[in-house]
Amino acid sequence: MALTGIQIYKLLPKTNCKECGFPTCLAFAMKLAAKQVELSACPYVTPEAKTQLAESAAPPIRLVAIKSDGYEAKAGNEVVLFRHEKTFYNKPGIFIRVYDNQPVETIRATVAEANAYAVNYVGIDLTVDGFAVASASGDPIAFTAAIQTVRAASKRPIILMSRDINVVKAGLNVLKDETPLVYGADIKNWEGFADLAKESKVSLGLIAGTLAEMAELTDKIKSKGVDDLVIDPGGRDLGAGLAIGTTVRRLAVKKNFHALGFPVITFPGDVSDPGMEAVQAAQAITKYAGFIVLDHFNPATIYPLLVLRQNIYTDPQKPIQVQPGIYEINAPKPESPVLVTTNFSITYFSVANEVEGSGLPAWLLVTDAEGMSVLTAWAAGKFDAERIAKAVKAFNIADKVSRKRIVLPGHVAVLSGELESELPDWEIRVGPREAVDLPAFMKQAL
Amino acid sequence: MPIEIPKDNWPGTVRTVTIGATVVDGGTRATTVTVGGQKNLPFLHFENKAPNHPVVAIEIKDHRPDDWSPLLLEAWGEVVDDPVNWAKAAEAAGADLIQLSICLTDREGNPTNPEAAVMTVKDVLAATGLPLIVFGPGQAEADNNLLVAIAEATKGERLVLGIAEDKNYRTIIATAMANGHLVNARSPMDVNLAKQLNILISDMGMPLDRVLMDPTTGALGYGIEYGYSAMERLRQAALQGDAMTQLPMLVTPGYEAWKTKEAKVEAGVPAAWGDWLERSINWETLTAMTLIEAGADIVVLRHAESVRRIKLAIADLMAATYTLA
Repeated sequence: MALTGIQIYKLLPKTNCKECGFPTCLAFAMKLAAKQVELSACPYVTPEAKTQLAESAAPPIRLVAIKSDGYEAKAGNEVVLFRHEKTFYNKPGIFIRVYDNQPVETIRATVAEANAYAVNYVGIDLTVDGFAVASASGDPIAFTAAIQTVRAASKRPIILMSRDINVVKAGLNVLKDETPLVYGADIKNWEGFADLAKESKVSLGLIAGTLAEMAELTDKIKSKGVDDLVIDPGGRDLGAGLAIGTTVRRLAVKKNFHALGFPVITFPGDVSDPGMEAVQAAQAITKYAGFIVLDHFNPATIYPLLVLRQNIYTDPQKPIQVQPGIYEINAPKPESPVLVTTNFSITYFSVANEVEGSGLPAWLLVTDAEGMSVLTAWAAGKFDAERIAKAVKAFNIADKVSRKRIVLPGHVAVLSGELESELPDWEIRVGPREAVDLPAFMKQAL
Repeated sequence: MPIEIPKDNWPGTVRTVTIGATVVDGGTRATTVTVGGQKNLPFLHFENKAPNHPVVAIEIKDHRPDDWSPLLLEAWGEVVDDPVNWAKAAEAAGADLIQLSICLTDREGNPTNPEAAVMTVKDVLAATGLPLIVFGPGQAEADNNLLVAIAEATKGERLVLGIAEDKNYRTIIATAMANGHLVNARSPMDVNLAKQLNILISDMGMPLDRVLMDPTTGALGYGIEYGYSAMERLRQAALQGDAMTQLPMLVTPGYEAWKTKEAKVEAGVPAAWGDWLERSINWETLTAMTLIEAGADIVVLRHAESVRRIKLAIADLMAATYTLA
């Protein structure tokens, strides 16, 4: 929460010297509150005042980035509890964990596969963000070997997991020129870890058993000048995880409680049932996690989780749309059928993918339905006979086809009569309701 | 220094709805299911312990469906040919209630007639002691004919009849009112349309503690976030005191997830999609879990493994074994 003009004024020199360009310190304070001027315009503000003013302008949740050569996974800068209040901004990073007591070949194969993994969803390629390397052995040499195996197979960002500072230092030695996340520091070992983080500029993951303990820990570490923190306040089962995640987010956005204003790291992989790992990860995605560490890499699980992350973090104000127009699928000829649908991305890709996959050629006419699906657009009056006819004319589809035949989506069968009136020299057909039934329909009915 | 844990204090309460009736109350169910009653957002027991937990329904059909994913038919096996056996198998798989969806046509391809539908419902009621939801085929005329007959023949059982929607609700509401049943009121992922339908239903004289709100949701990847946000907004409106949104919510992740290409198609899909069965179960489970976080009180599923995972998740969320400090 930003300070008010009066609160800012109390921190200024109150000399009315006018060097900032304003007649009084109060006037300057008001401009600062409105973010219309920079604090640096005042030559006399004290360092203490500068810190306090910076604090209040800081986002409720620190933005922390885990970086490597060419990659970055960042979390934080969230401002709401519910996506419909505005949006969620920074998708939680999804990391796959390997252990340094696993065989080298196992580590290499897992990382290579996960690193190369990409799945297309509505025209976007979704990938995992990086890898966590856990010291199960306690041996610095095994740890560095595991890290090197990971690095040889992937350039993606890394989370180093050990409570032993010597193990961590050994690990950092083989990761030059990048800023991994070091997990981590706790109430016993924090001093050494804070010094290490300050020196090497890594971000620091913290572990604490209660929220009060965590707040104390972040305060201690921040007083050493380390600000890029990620917190693990516990809560490995769903109930506790939800309560803790919700409380941390509430404290940050409703109370501006900076001591817990950091991205949360969660470990769905800590449950042994791989089926439940996905369920845990789903809660983490919907309920406020900043980084999510999984113990299993399985396309059948990663694909739905990546899609869920994409869905929840979509800006509700901006439905993803494609450009209206004619899309040619499988090199259509003049005798190929015309299918019509709306420009909501999911709708477009559902239809286009089905037809493409079938190998059957078609002209796909996509109307401007303001990014709404067929049913929603129809209910909202944005997809009706008039608009379809308008699109048919505007995009000159009649010039491309020898047979004037257009297929309506099954859900708007009711429009066929009206569309006949709007397009009297066109044959109006009604297709299936679901895109998945299009290939069969096209083979049998067209 | 102790932290002050923020606790929401809401003025409103979600209505409590009971499905099914035991012998004592004029029905034949062995158990009833009660949902709703929350005074705060889902599972935040440190503020207010929810009096009821979300429940899982398993969907069965009155005969072998011809449009379900082959994986489901394989998972259930022979029982899909007989709703009586299917209902028993669903109960054994851990369902809290059964949803019986009546097909538009019978095994021979003729329109399902009311007498046959009534027989099926009665057979299922005899086969299982669980509370029952009955959905019509989803076409207004068929729904009305079938559901009226079913409602009259099962007076007192407190079934949930579905679906009532703004294009067709009067007949279903009237028969539910006359025969002591409940209804599932479905609106298209829109807070205002949901309220509007509830108002229309209430104006007919239907007591709102016999109405479930079905906000419709897309599956994961197919619009889930619209339904999810509509549900979060509806639940918050209810807790803020809006009487026309204070209804428990029913969602159908089984129907939504299993009609996706991810669940129906094995061959010719990207390798990145992974194993067909595991991804299909994840599709259903993650859709369901997401909606449970948004306040779903009844989730209707189709695969027994999804039921297992979701029931574990619900038990965990309801356990309240932690302290926040």
